[in-house]
This record gives sequence, C-alpha cells and structure tokens, in this order.
Amino acid sequence: MSGSIQDTFFEECEELLEATDEGLTAIEGGDHDSEVVNAIFRAVHSIKGGAGAFGLDDLVAFAHRFETVFDEVRSNRLDLDEKLIQLLLRSSDHLSALVEVARDGGQVDEAHHDTLLAALDEYIPEEEEDLTFEPMGLGGPAPMMDLGDLGGAPAEPQEETYRIRFQPLKEMYGTGNEPFFLFQALKDLGELTVTMDENELPGFDAMDMAEAYLAWDLVLVTKETRSKVEAVFEFVEGLCELSIEGDGDAEAEANALAALDAMFSAPPAAETPEPDAGSAVPFEPPVPAPEPEAKPAAAEEKASAPKAESGKQEQRGGPKPTLRVELERVDRLINAVGELIINHSMLAQQIANLNVSDTRDVETELEGFKNLARDIQEGVMAIRAQPVKPLFQRMARIVREASAATGKTCKLVTEGENTEVDKTVIERLSDPLTHILRNAVDHGIEKPEDRESAGKAKTGEIRLSASHRSGSVCIEIKDDGAGVNRPRVKQIAIEKGLIPENAELTDGEIDNLLFAPGFSTAREISNLSGRGVGMDVVKNAVTGLGGRINISSAPGKGSTFTIILPLTLAVMDGMVVSVADQTMVVPITSIVETMRGSDDMINSLGADGTLLSIRGNFVPICDVAGGLGLYRESEQQAGVYLLVETETGQRCALAVDDIHDQRQVVIKSLDGVCGDIPGVAAATILGDGKIAMILDPESIIAASPTAAAFDTERRMSNAS
Amino acid sequence: MQAEVKQTDQEVKHAEHSEFVSFTVAGQAFCLKITQIREIRRWSPVTILPHAPADVLGVMNLRGAVIPIYDLSARFGLQQTEASERNVVIVVSVHGKPVGLLAESVSEIISINPDDIQDTPPVDSRNTMEYIQGIISHDDTMVRIINLDAVISAPEQVMP
Amino acid sequence: MKTKVLAIDDSRTIRNLLAATLEEAGFEYHCAVDGREGVDMYPDVDPDVVITDINMPNLDGFGVIEELRGTGINSKVPILVLTTESAPELKARARGAGATGWITKPFDDASLIFALKRVTGAAA
Repeated sequence: MSGSIQDTFFEECEELLEATDEGLTAIEGGDHDSEVVNAIFRAVHSIKGGAGAFGLDDLVAFAHRFETVFDEVRSNRLDLDEKLIQLLLRSSDHLSALVEVARDGGQVDEAHHDTLLAALDEYIPEEEEDLTFEPMGLGGPAPMMDLGDLGGAPAEPQEETYRIRFQPLKEMYGTGNEPFFLFQALKDLGELTVTMDENELPGFDAMDMAEAYLAWDLVLVTKETRSKVEAVFEFVEGLCELSIEGDGDAEAEANALAALDAMFSAPPAAETPEPDAGSAVPFEPPVPAPEPEAKPAAAEEKASAPKAESGKQEQRGGPKPTLRVELERVDRLINAVGELIINHSMLAQQIANLNVSDTRDVETELEGFKNLARDIQEGVMAIRAQPVKPLFQRMARIVREASAATGKTCKLVTEGENTEVDKTVIERLSDPLTHILRNAVDHGIEKPEDRESAGKAKTGEIRLSASHRSGSVCIEIKDDGAGVNRPRVKQIAIEKGLIPENAELTDGEIDNLLFAPGFSTAREISNLSGRGVGMDVVKNAVTGLGGRINISSAPGKGSTFTIILPLTLAVMDGMVVSVADQTMVVPITSIVETMRGSDDMINSLGADGTLLSIRGNFVPICDVAGGLGLYRESEQQAGVYLLVETETGQRCALAVDDIHDQRQVVIKSLDGVCGDIPGVAAATILGDGKIAMILDPESIIAASPTAAAFDTERRMSNAS
Repeated sequence: MQAEVKQTDQEVKHAEHSEFVSFTVAGQAFCLKITQIREIRRWSPVTILPHAPADVLGVMNLRGAVIPIYDLSARFGLQQTEASERNVVIVVSVHGKPVGLLAESVSEIISINPDDIQDTPPVDSRNTMEYIQGIISHDDTMVRIINLDAVISAPEQVMP
Repeated sequence: MKTKVLAIDDSRTIRNLLAATLEEAGFEYHCAVDGREGVDMYPDVDPDVVITDINMPNLDGFGVIEELRGTGINSKVPILVLTTESAPELKARARGAGATGWITKPFDDASLIFALKRVTGAAA
C-alpha cells in the first residue's frame, strides 16, 4: 500500500519540480512577485514533507536547506540577486537529481551536493540553521511515545499511580480542546478515576459564560511511563494549570522500586490508593464544560455559505478542471479505435466483394462511419497529447549543466511550449534533445571571449521551439554559435573512411556527415558529449519515431536542427504494395513519387547493379524482396518503383511487385513479438484481417549494396 | 474450431490428476498442461517475418494482436513442418504474451497423475532435451511434456 | 457512527498518507486541496475534526483556523495543524489562531491516531 503512495509521491514530485523550475525561470526573467516565490516555497516544502514520510533523509535535508533560503527570500530578508538566482537554479536541478536517485537508485554527486549545501548555508542566518527537523520513516515510533522507554526497561513495567490536578484556563476552550477527550485518552492508559471540583463555580447569576471555573482531580493507575501521561496533555500545555504527581515521584525511583519489588517477589503495588475526595466516581463522562449555548448567528452563516461557494468558482478561474486517468485505459481505448478503423476497411472490402449493383447508399453511410472513426481517433489521441513544456523545462536544466561544465555562458530560449505532442513521443524525444543541446553548448556555442571578439553577445543563445506544421510536429534547436566546422568535419570523415579523400561534397552533405554512424567531432573526450554516442544515435531515435531530422548551418552564425515528427504514433498514411506475394506498407512520408517501370528505363551497372533512369537522372534500384531476404514463388517480377529520398538527400527506387492503394493504417508494434528486423519498422492489420509489415525504406536502402555502391560512386564522380 | 480454454493457476503440484492436451509434432507425441493453453486454432497462412530464423513461421492476427507463430518441429530440431489446413496452432501465453505453436494435430485430452511423470532419460539430442521436462506413458506410447519456458524464451526488446 | 475527518493539504502524497491511515483506522475521510476549498467544504462535510496543513495556496492553514473559528458555527471544532518543523513558535502561532493541537510531519499511524484521540475522544 505504501508502495502506491510512494508512486504518488514521485509523481507529485515531478509536478512540484516543474512548478519550481517554472517559478525559478520566471524569477530569472525578472519576475520577483511574491506569489511566485511563495509557490516555489510551497513546492519545495511539499517535497520535503513527502520525502520525510518515506525516510528519504538526503532529500529532506537538502529540501529543508533550500526551503529555508526561500523562506528568507519571501520574508524579504534576502535579495534575489543574480548570484542567488543561479544558486537556486542549480539547487533546483540538484533537487531533481536527488528525487531521481531516491526513485531509481544510483549515486548522488557528493561533492556537488556538499558544495550546494555550503553555498545555501551562506544565505541562512545562524539562528535558523539549528531549526530542528528530524526525519522519521513511515511507521516508525512517535518520538514522544517512546521517550520514556529509552531508559533500560525493567522486565515488566510496574503499575504506577499518578495524581493529576487539571484546571483549564478559559483560553483552552477557545482552542477546541475538551477535557472529556483528554480523560478518554488517559483512560486508554490505565484505570482512571475522575473527580470534578466545582468549588469555584459561582452562583448561576454570577456566571460568566466565557470563564473557566471547573477543575478536575484525576487518579490514574497505569503501567505506562510518565512521559506518555504527559503526552496526553501536550496540546493544552500552557492553557491549563496542570500538576502530575507519581507515587514514587521520580521515574528512576519507580524503576528502582519496581526492581526491588521484583527482587523480593513481593506482590506488585496493586492496591489503588483511595481518591482523596469523597465524591469519587468511576470514570463517567463528566459534565461538559460550560459552552456558549445560543447561536443566533448560525442561521445567517448557513445562508452565507452559498456565497462562499460562488466566490470559490471565481477564484479558481486559473487551471482548467482535469481528470487523472490511468494511461492503460487510454491505450485500451486507442487500441479499440484502431480496431474500429480496421473494421471499417474490412467492411468496405466486404461490400465491394458483394457484387451489388447499387452501393451508393451504403457507401455514403460507410463514409460517415469513416469520418466518425477518425473523429474518435483524433479525440482519443488528443488525450495522449501533452504540452512539450515539461520536456523543455528539463532541457533548460541540461543547458545550465552543460554551460557550467564547459565554462560557457548560454541561455535557452523556448518557444511554443504549449504545443501538444503524443506522450510517447515526448518521452522518447528527451534523449535526442538532450544530446543535441549538449552538443550545441559543447561544440556550437563559442567560449565567451571568442564570442566577444567575434562581435557577438557574451552569452550564447539556444532557441528551442515547437510548432505544428500540417499534420506533423516540428521541433527546432537553433544556436547562435560558430556553425559546423566544415573543413574539420570533412577531414574527420576522410580519416574515418566515411568518404573518399577526394570527395567533393556540398555544404549540406558535409553537415549531414554529423549523422553518419561512427562520426564524432570531439577531439578530446569532453565531459559532455563524449559519451560514446554520436549524432547517429539521435537520428536513429528520431527515425524510430517515424520522424526526420535535418541540419542547416551558417559559418559564424550558428546551426539549426529541425526534427519533424508525425502527430501520432498509432496511425499513419501508407502505400499498400506487394512484395514477393506478401502485402506490405510503405510510409507515404518517405515516397517522392511512384511509377511503373519499363525495360528501357532500366540500365545495368556492373555485375548486379541496376539504375533506373527518370527523366534523364539515374537512380539506383533497390529490390525490396531481395533486401528482406524473400523469394518470389510466382513469376511476377518487380515492375513498380517507389522513388524515395533519404535524409542525406540520397535517392533510391524501391522495386516492388505491385502497388494497390494508399490508406490509413493502424501501427502495431512488433516489440516483444520478435527481435529487431532490418527493413521493417512495425506491422499493421489490413482490411482482410491479414497482418502486413510496415517497411522502413531508410534501412532497406542502407542494407542495399547497389544503393551504397552508387552513393560512393556518386561522391567519387563529384570529386573528379 | 476455436476451443477457448480458460487459464487458471499454472502450478498445481499435488497428487491430484492434471489434464494435459496431447498432440503430435513430426510424428512424435507431446503434451502441454491444459491450463497453459489459451486456444487452439486451425492453421491459416501467416505473414512472413523477413530475416526470421527457420523455426519462426511468421505472425498472425489474433483478435487484433500480432502474435508470433513458431514451428515446434523445427524448434525441436526435427524437420520443418509443411504447414497446411490440417495442422493446428496452439496458442499459449508465455511471459504474459500470446504465442502460437504449430503442431501437426491435436490428439486428445489425457489425465495424468503427477507421480507417473518420469524424468527424461539422457539422450544425445541436446535440443529436445532442453525442451522436455518429463515423459509419461499413455496407451503404450511415450508422451513428452513440453517445458514451455524453455521453448519460448523471453522475447527480446526491439526498440533501442 | 464514524468520526468524520476533514483533511486540508495541497500535497497529494500527504493526503494519500492520511487517507490510508485514517480509513484503515475506521475514520470517515474527506479532503480538500487548499485552504479555500477546505473552508468552503466545511459546512457540507460537517466534520468532527479538521486536520490542516500550514503552507498552502489560496488560503493558508492559519487562514483556515481563523475563518473556521471566526464563523461561530464551527468555533469549537477541533483543528489539528500539520507542521513539518517542531518549531515552538509555529505551534504558538497556530494555537494563537485557535488550533487545538498539532501533528508533526512526518507522522506515523500511532501518533496521528493518538492526536485525534486527544481532541475527539475517538479511536475511529
């Protein structure tokens, strides 16, 4: 059970960290509004509170220090200067790191942790520092409950008789404390006798309703410790006159007596001393303390309640009401809608097979069915859509870390934070974006002094933006750094044997070499990007999402990475084709044009290579069946070509047996069904219920010897 | 022919009789505990998975889910099955995912006393050994009890 | 009849912890996500005891106590504040506003139930 509460805690931490980040970003931007500061304070405070419940001591200690500094800020005892803001930003990053470690395990950078703690301490006045906060694990004993148990416990706790005199002051009644309840709590500890002392009660006429006249004498026989008895009165301490006298008067003495008793095996001191007062009664609910009776105002207040209600509505104009739903439920719905779309195409096919002369009415209805299915699909996908804002906020942190590690100063400017993208896309974008941004800081942005001498602002700017563009999402990362160092990139590519030495490449082709597998420009392994992954990993991640990535660069002005992603991952437009008696789907986005080939269009090149001539241009032919290791049983030959273009601008004609039609297909992941299949991206279910592979043209071309050979040849010929 | 079999607790280890479904693969008798089987379907052509190993026949649409189909015969190192309409696909659940197993034909449901299960005698066929968790004698034929977890190891992750 | 608790805290984690403990112990649990909602909900829930956090948006814990105590209808309902620090001045301030007692976060089941016992007499 506490497991699920802990999950809630980490979920909530995410939100609170976002709120903290958002607030700090606002402060960094000059908004020092007290509500912003308060919101951050509350967020950090909540993290601390929750962390305490799960015994996450490191997190508690750090959050506490962080929060204390914020308390100073909100009490106007500290100025938010640039230095402090930077410290707070780094502290917020570290707080996220601590949450991550608490959730996923791993190591905290101890040195960094201590540095930040020390830096925060400098802002905390001394008397605040020893403010006590003892973290305690969930289910641990309450401190006040076990204080008394600490002294070496004797074999059996012995009974003790306490005489308690309890006289509330009138202030106590204003706090909602009731003597009756305190007595009930005492009664839980042992045998209790209550005597009410009403000697001070004046005559009825002289009675002041607001005054406290009553006192009680209590006798409690209990095996519990004195501190437990005292704990009952914790809330009324200072609001009453209280004296508690034990038999032995001192705990130590009681223990000694108990020990003696045990030694001589004398019967325990069980005889309850008679209460002093003659009017002693066994515990019964005493007469409640005088209470102001008539409340003429009550009705009026009840009437004012609806007013408060409407006020509440006004006040909450801010966030729209939301519904938290388990992701699995949404995914079930998405699957169902996918089935609905498949079901539609099955129906359409069945009707077409019916051989009925007039199907116009049915077709109209079928069209309506299709539109409704699409509406539902869009609606469901919208549930999964989330703004990229949290992702972008994390990226701001990445840029700060990267800047600190490289000694550069850069700021991240974000745009289109409210652009909504499928949740999975957002999750899977995190790594590629992190990599691109680290690269931008590490290799793109120049050192401050170099920037100055180049006549640029000392602080580099990286612009991260998101927007919707006709059915896709466009993410752009633009830096104002030095741009791609093309001579250097080319040299490395030659050294690594990626291109021949005399290759003549266009600027765009050189820039795209960054995405080539095994390419990395870092001369020495730097702290940041030199982690053994290159931009090829970024590219794979983006294409894995069905997207594309491009780079453009201007020397001295900076580079721009553009990532284009499909809006949804569940459905795509595909071209249905036949390959070696199998029906397959090629994503429409990668197809430039389709054509039926005739023999005179095909030209041999070398032993196996064939080129397709299209309006005077020669494009290598890549046989899909061969690429997938499939063999045709029938006589049919590949006669239809799909002209596709790769990211590097390389064109290739995919040879397939036949083209059927273009339609929307529901993507079924092959994750967990089989291992990675070269050339295949996923699967779908067609109208006839059959499964079809969705092809990945890029990887088919990459594996094709003809295409690869021709590509090299083309570069060679460009060189000569 | 879609014999839906409700799945219950996998491990029943007392001396009570358990029901097993016996079937033939490449002429040999095998069986699986009835609780391991989700359904049995008649073979229909599957969609070929490119570059798949010989014992993976392809994928099939099971009520909207894409499930892989294995050729048990090839898996056991016996000859590959020439799948036809007479063959059956036994759908089992491995690691929570449905998987189809191609067998020649289903024979019958047999009741087995766990005490009658004998250990597999050592033979010089590594593949088969791994996949068999015990043997029993039924109507004078030897029926091999398949160790499902060994036949279908956890599917690999595809995406990086 | 079950003892009704109205818990006011902006932290979902704390609310869940309270709910788990209190429902397990047999209390009737209601909650509000900030002080304003807590005060607004009060007449409908009509709780036997209020547990409130101090640091909250829209109306903090002190505000909750003042509003509940100020309205007369609720002037005697026990109010327990949740505090993170066992700082004496916070307790004094809460009491000054009319709080009945306090629960120090992080709390365990026993101390939470014990605190409720002392102000409502109820173990559940």
